[in-house]
Amino acid sequence: MNERVNVAPHAEPAPLRAPLPIPYGMLAELTHRCPLMCPYCSNPVELDRRNVELDTETWLRVFSEAAKLGVLQVHLSGGEPTARRDLEEMIRHCVKVGLYTNLITAGVGVTPERLQAISDAGIDHVQLSFQGATPEVTDHVSNFKGAHERKLAVAREVRRLGLPLTINSVVHRANIHQIPDFLELALSLGAKRIEIAHAQYYGWALRNRGALMPTREQVFKALDVVEEARVRLKGVLTIDAVVPDYYAKYPKACMNGWGRQSLNVTPSGKVLPCHAAEMIPSLDFWNVREHSLAEIWQASPAFNAFRGTDWMPELCRSCERKEIDWGGCRCQAMAIAGDAAATDPACHKSPLHAHLLALAEADAAAGVEEYDYRRFTAPDRAQ
Amino acid sequence: MTAETTSTRLPANGVPKLARGVRLRHDEARGQWVLLAPERVLQPDPVAVEILKRVDGERTIEAIIDDLILAFSVERGRVAADVDAFLAGLVEKGMVEVSP
Repeated sequence: MNERVNVAPHAEPAPLRAPLPIPYGMLAELTHRCPLMCPYCSNPVELDRRNVELDTETWLRVFSEAAKLGVLQVHLSGGEPTARRDLEEMIRHCVKVGLYTNLITAGVGVTPERLQAISDAGIDHVQLSFQGATPEVTDHVSNFKGAHERKLAVAREVRRLGLPLTINSVVHRANIHQIPDFLELALSLGAKRIEIAHAQYYGWALRNRGALMPTREQVFKALDVVEEARVRLKGVLTIDAVVPDYYAKYPKACMNGWGRQSLNVTPSGKVLPCHAAEMIPSLDFWNVREHSLAEIWQASPAFNAFRGTDWMPELCRSCERKEIDWGGCRCQAMAIAGDAAATDPACHKSPLHAHLLALAEADAAAGVEEYDYRRFTAPDRAQ
Repeated sequence: MTAETTSTRLPANGVPKLARGVRLRHDEARGQWVLLAPERVLQPDPVAVEILKRVDGERTIEAIIDDLILAFSVERGRVAADVDAFLAGLVEKGMVEVSP
């Protein structure tokens, strides 16, 4: 637990520590298999193959352990979670152990019969992604012809079953102008909630940053559009936004603090403090095959590496916002500064802040159009 | 509506229930009640918890008020106002539905 190098004499009493936080949410990435190929996918560049996925029994144990640990909401995600035939069994188990159960789906290849079964199993809420507000954009970004129409059909079916629906939209240069259309789409489908998530540049999105990065003008206009809509649609549509940070003054409060509120289990059972954390090579992630979830949350080196404020560089530790933004994002520090413990370059106090802005402006101006679509690195014989 | 409830927003004979996707449960790990909704965890105060425990899709608003008066020997006008304001707020958020 104690991450500090012990430089004090032995007689020195141990420092008083805040009690360990209890996680609220768990993202369960059931599989990395997915019919879509979005160039900003939040899965790692090295995708887990089917033959390394956790079996049903292990997942059920993980859900039980999560509930016991204090997790209240579980997000069944992927990849495409409906690619798991045992999804309904997992949902029934989550409901049984008291977890609020959320399905995050791309909605392609999900039949009405399957949705009925998922609903009957007790799913609480469905989040459906739209890569564009029109068929042309959705099909192009996801590299799947006909994806948009299929998603529309799934959305209607979800509402017919009486399930609450959230629309998820990741925005970037090719669709940032469609935000008003995304809002209209959500309203027309009977969604009560929409996520407008500006692409975050890790993994696949970092690789595709040149083709995704919007201009500063586009980003600030998008923020205005969302703020205006929030007021206009109050009580009708809840708008949650994931803000862009390359053009920001302050970093995002990534995960609301490392190892503080949530955890993420990968298809092969590694437990991460956030879905991008594997890009930090120095971290040692424990696996649910070898440890209980509680052990991992409390004692694994990866969770304790950046928990709290002790790990922070002086620039962050002396900042009055240290418990507002929790030092920003460790993965971004890794990607841009080459040091996961550095101040997030999105912060205006970082010596790399101007560099980050220059990267964004250069990418936005370069006008790259080709995507390096998300895919498994070599043919997957296990499929 | 009766004379004493003219300022309320919800009908006394309406039956409230939690919308699909909204759940009330006791959170053992933190020792508190929570109301769970899509991407939201609400921590209702003790009065709100007593109201929510009685929102079962069977009792009318009036029956919930009667029950609270009996359980806590409190004055009707005050309870009725609290219940109405609290439930109307949740209706506005889409977390509670009232029928008919």
